[in-house]
Amino acid sequence: MTDSATTPLIEAQGISKYFGQVIALQDISMRVSAGEVMCLLGDNGAGKSTLIKILSGVHQHDDGRLLMEGEEVKFTSPREALDRGIATVFQDLATIPLMSISRNFFLGREPTKGGGPFKRFDAATADRVTREEMHRIGIDVRDPSQPVGTLSGGERQSVAIARAVYFGAKVLILDEPTSALGVKEAAVVLRYIAQAKERNLGVIFITHNVHHAYPIGDRFTILNRGQSYGTFEKSEVTREEVVTMMAGGEEMDKLTAELEEFERSDRETERRGPNGGSHLADAFREDAEEIQHGEGREKA
Amino acid sequence: MATATRPADERLRSAGVLRKLLNRPELGAVAGAILVFAFFAVVAGDDGFLTSTGTISYLEVSAQLGIIVIPVAMLMIAGEFDLSVGSMIGAAGILIALPTAEFGWPMWSALLLAFAVALLVGFINGYLVVTTGLPSFIVTLAMLFALRGATIGFTRLITGRTQVSGVQSEGFLAGIFGGEVAGIPVSILWWVLLGALGTWILLRTTFGNWIFGTGGDPVAARNVGVPVRRVKILLFMATSASATLLAAITVLDAGSADVLRGTLREFQAIIATVIGGVLLTGGYGSVIGPMFGALIFGMVSQGIFFTGVNTDWFQVFLGVMLLIAVLVNNYIRKKASEAR
Repeated sequence: MTDSATTPLIEAQGISKYFGQVIALQDISMRVSAGEVMCLLGDNGAGKSTLIKILSGVHQHDDGRLLMEGEEVKFTSPREALDRGIATVFQDLATIPLMSISRNFFLGREPTKGGGPFKRFDAATADRVTREEMHRIGIDVRDPSQPVGTLSGGERQSVAIARAVYFGAKVLILDEPTSALGVKEAAVVLRYIAQAKERNLGVIFITHNVHHAYPIGDRFTILNRGQSYGTFEKSEVTREEVVTMMAGGEEMDKLTAELEEFERSDRETERRGPNGGSHLADAFREDAEEIQHGEGREKA
Repeated sequence: MATATRPADERLRSAGVLRKLLNRPELGAVAGAILVFAFFAVVAGDDGFLTSTGTISYLEVSAQLGIIVIPVAMLMIAGEFDLSVGSMIGAAGILIALPTAEFGWPMWSALLLAFAVALLVGFINGYLVVTTGLPSFIVTLAMLFALRGATIGFTRLITGRTQVSGVQSEGFLAGIFGGEVAGIPVSILWWVLLGALGTWILLRTTFGNWIFGTGGDPVAARNVGVPVRRVKILLFMATSASATLLAAITVLDAGSADVLRGTLREFQAIIATVIGGVLLTGGYGSVIGPMFGALIFGMVSQGIFFTGVNTDWFQVFLGVMLLIAVLVNNYIRKKASEAR
């Protein structure tokens, strides 16, 4: 956890959030600086979504401090966070399928021309900028007036990300942008995250897929059941360690121990009877290895 | 497809004129209007359907629905219904007629009162919908009954009757709400004017983009900074105001008001809107389409009259048209969101 020389773009210090009696987040600290990809990892229910909803102004934190470029803030609406340069791309809720690509791109921040009662939506500019921005990320839009619903999932996410970058976001929060995508489509989005980093944005990348997070992330903050395991530099941890922590370390150890116990009793059964469950034991052994070393060895 | 840059020549391939037309929400209604016109031109052409009197008569009927259809369509695109417009027509009519005929108010002050009450009713509708999260169907259904009941109750309380007649008006106000321009009733001009305004707002302004966003996905729209609640409340206020405009036109034209005026208008407006290609679930549609929906309504209701067929059959036609329109819309929406 080395200190960077510059002030972080966004920093959470001991943030807690309660929903009635439920402690959704407890004492979470994290930060992201310009030109850095911070991966927020955790299993389902770890509190990732709650944390980013606080950062993006959908929820307000109950305890702790939220700092934007060193200044304490508390956002009351997504608009406020947007105006401060925090753009969030929510999974599934990023674009509106029946609206055209360019209208989606500029929704909420429409370019206008003319003045007074003749102030109007500048459709030509919207189409041109949309085409240019999409081209920059390698998506060739034939017709910016076609509905977003006609694009593939990865392209739709890219429209949302391109929009955030175009409107001068300093911090880009991506909520599971790759989870619903195929391998090639996820690659499109990952490449775009790398581009955003090069443009000196701070990126918070939420995922539970380590194989997407590890190659692109600079630092990893791992959440489990509303609490933080801490933040790790890429140099400090291996992919496997990250997987183990995400699944909740001790629980994984316990599972391994249990599986070994099964194996031992299986061997005893084998010794005793001729038709012992050796196949079963093999299957368990394989499963255990699989879980310990990450699901996708063949992919890695 | 996701990663590679497409070959340049594929960009040049035109999408096809027919395909482009199919993606216009108003196509169905325009085609329907042409068919209906052709049908009555053949069947009732000799009975006066094609004369200028005949034309003006069905345009006037269309306009009296069309004026409220325009904001109703915009509201539906934003994802909400307003079932209280019919009651608002009756209430506004009484609010204009009662003070002028019974208490001797000047016309302008009665109109001001009616529009103020309408904006308030619209605001209440919208505010209740966005704060309670109840479906607008329920909220405005409640308003439909409450408003109609209050109109009947107060009118009977004050006058002992359910009709107010003897509304006098002349000069400027009578001209803009009740007169004719070159033989064309002003209601038709209002209709066309509002249609142009509505289309311009929907397609050419920032607010129009917000309407589509609000109806398409309110959460996504809010996340990118669209003031979803404000959009909805303003549109509810617009539907009530349009009902009041229609009330002013009918009261100044007829010189009287009836508490029951506007009954069933809310459903006719929804039928015209859906025939016009607006999705019931919001997020897709136009103003032009519903205007043609209102035109179909007007042509059929007057056309049946010209043919001499019993006008009872008109409602059967409306019902069947509604069903066909929804089926066609579903098909078009599926086509529109498919990869081209």
